[in-house]
Amino acid sequence: MRVLAAMSGGVDSAVAAARAVDAGHEVVGVHLALSRMPGTLRTGSRGCCTIEDSLDARRAAEKLGIPFYVWDFSERFADDVVNDFIDEYAAGRTPNPCMRCNERIKFAAVLEKALALGFDAVVTGHYAHIVTDENGNRELHRAGDEAKDQSYVLGVLTSGQLAHAMFPLGTTPSKAEVRAEAAARGLSVAQKPDSHDICFIPDGDTRAWLGERIPPRQGLIVDREGAALGEHDGATSFTVGQRRGLNLGRPAPDGRPRFVLEVRPKENTVVVGPKEALAIRELAGARFTWAGLDPVASGIAAGDARGRVSEFACKVQVRAHADPVPAVAQVVSATSGDRGDGAERGDASEGDDAGNAGNAGALELVVRVDEPLMGVAPGQTAVVYVGTRVLGQCTIDRTVSAVPVTA
Amino acid sequence: MPPEVRAAYADALAVVGNPSSIHSAGQAARAVLDDARGRIASTLGVDAVELTLTGGGTEAVNTGVKGLYWRRQRDVARPVILLTAAEHHATLDAVDWLVANAGARAVIVPVDPAGRMRVDALEDALATHGDAVALVTMLAANNEVGTLQPVTEAAALASAHGVPLHVDAIAAYGQLPLAPLPAGVSAVSISAHKIGGPVGVGAIVIRRGVDVEPLLHGGGQQRGRAGTMDAAGAVAFAVAAEHAHADLESRAAHKRALRDRLAAGIRESVPQAVLSGALAEGATGDALPGTVHLRVPGAEGDSLLFLLDQAGFAVSTGSACQAGVPEPSHVLLAMGVSESDARGALRITLGPETTAADIDGLLAALPSAVERALAAGLAARTPRLGR
Repeated sequence: MRVLAAMSGGVDSAVAAARAVDAGHEVVGVHLALSRMPGTLRTGSRGCCTIEDSLDARRAAEKLGIPFYVWDFSERFADDVVNDFIDEYAAGRTPNPCMRCNERIKFAAVLEKALALGFDAVVTGHYAHIVTDENGNRELHRAGDEAKDQSYVLGVLTSGQLAHAMFPLGTTPSKAEVRAEAAARGLSVAQKPDSHDICFIPDGDTRAWLGERIPPRQGLIVDREGAALGEHDGATSFTVGQRRGLNLGRPAPDGRPRFVLEVRPKENTVVVGPKEALAIRELAGARFTWAGLDPVASGIAAGDARGRVSEFACKVQVRAHADPVPAVAQVVSATSGDRGDGAERGDASEGDDAGNAGNAGALELVVRVDEPLMGVAPGQTAVVYVGTRVLGQCTIDRTVSAVPVTA
Repeated sequence: MPPEVRAAYADALAVVGNPSSIHSAGQAARAVLDDARGRIASTLGVDAVELTLTGGGTEAVNTGVKGLYWRRQRDVARPVILLTAAEHHATLDAVDWLVANAGARAVIVPVDPAGRMRVDALEDALATHGDAVALVTMLAANNEVGTLQPVTEAAALASAHGVPLHVDAIAAYGQLPLAPLPAGVSAVSISAHKIGGPVGVGAIVIRRGVDVEPLLHGGGQQRGRAGTMDAAGAVAFAVAAEHAHADLESRAAHKRALRDRLAAGIRESVPQAVLSGALAEGATGDALPGTVHLRVPGAEGDSLLFLLDQAGFAVSTGSACQAGVPEPSHVLLAMGVSESDARGALRITLGPETTAADIDGLLAALPSAVERALAAGLAARTPRLGR
């Protein structure tokens, strides 16, 4: 096949490209220029947008003897990833920009350009495993190295995207092995540090970066009953689960610490409450996709003509490094879901920059966790697993607290 | 680097000695250097003493721009620098530095749609800013789109106002005869590696009666420059310069014929393409003999580059200095091309080895490359996948 190896300048993508060459594919290396004003030098573990990274990628391509090009996707990246990140925070949600980049840049804008220019697939250094079943259907699975597994950030990919994706590192047992292989291949990036911060925030200070882009407005900090407890300098600088920086001055009546439960940007209020109120028993999102065959076609749930899907057992993961937890998922009509009597958080109506326009509004993926789950905020992505297989995902629009407000 | 340049370079490296030393080894090096300087100078019709060797074209341009600017502040303040927005980055960045650090004021003289400095606008600017003008700086030929610049007219105007003119001739040198230099030209920058000489060797002509402040201090070995001189580099530069200027007219004519064949072929078989500069439909004037610049609105230059590279044709999307840093060509923007159309830029440079068969091969590959690149579209368009 003719494959495009997206080369960030890091060790993973370099080894992935090398393995694609070894597998007999015709490989072309492409570094994606994602920033209009790239920093010159890498600092610490940050970023994949510097000129140094571009040069590292070029050197790796030279070592592999493959053609190398730099493609400019800075405008698309600014619209779909950077501005989306700002808009999500401004709407009181907590986005994952790496997922957006996979969903809309690497396996969308780049893949489409590659296909138009005569390529068959895009190769990346992600740690995830693609399995093809006996009928030729592709499934996305967790990587061999559980610690490095990146199937979560690829959970947004649809079958159309998976059909042209190639992850040569998927079954490698450890990252150490990839580094050793890079060294053995004479790749200069063998010992390059991993990148694990947001590449477009050069100093890693997300709060300060957002503060420069979302004008802060003073507003109220309230409890779950709506009583004012204090003031804040800008609601969007708070994250669900945050404890520090509330500056309420006086303790709660029961003397226990208070946590941010919800950010309401429209009202410009921050809702606080006791820690146990952070625990949720249900999450739901109208923007959901399946990474391959849907649960009905996969034979694990029943469907109906309206697109609803009956309950099925799964595990759900809500952050890149969170533990997956047992849950039951179903697809329901967005208006008829059993929401119980719990306090609702989030604002589904603001989530309609819908990725999956066909689903928006009409249907909703609802996931009920077996045990109360902490650390879930609207905007995060919930990836649904069955065994090692990524079944699909939704962007979380709303959650249902495990602890209803006591009257 | 042509073999004769390489051989002369290697031979000269064997002549040891600092040309500024007065022992016999130094004198030998000095003789080699003086001979080389004279040979380079003669390709521009100037005397050896008017030529200062530099460490490349960028240093030459910086010496021309900053050196003239500083010198012109000696008696009274003359903050204004006249230039177009289509200059090479060496000039633009040097002027930016003077604006930020030395009280300079850049006054932009517009270019016409072909990228040529508008002489009428230069005349107006000189009349408006009069005694406040430190210098005018311009290209001899635009390095991206190839458009030849009105150096003779500009030099006459600058001279009439008593203002020095620096000419960045790096792209034009060795492509077209530049001698004799028009009256009123004060300084001319050239570079060896553009004509097959070594990288890191350049020169600036500083005409008699013109003074520049040096960038480098420490010995004053040459007019406007300190530092031990690179005798071997000068020899290689001289051989490359003579090589480039032997039969220059006939080789330029040959390239021009190939260039016109390519341009005509593009007009005929690639209707989606727009030729830039002096080769554009209805444009007047001339371009460098070996440069064809075109845009394909709706396509990315990097798609075209990729497809043509795969087909065996090495082309470029913009000036090489911008590679790795995505930004639309400032030259095209100065010419009035939209940012979106500027993304589809492609520069084809004909070399001394280019044949008519190469041109025909490229013309055969272009239509399908353009079609594919258009299908891939602009990077800014909204993809279908992932939504």
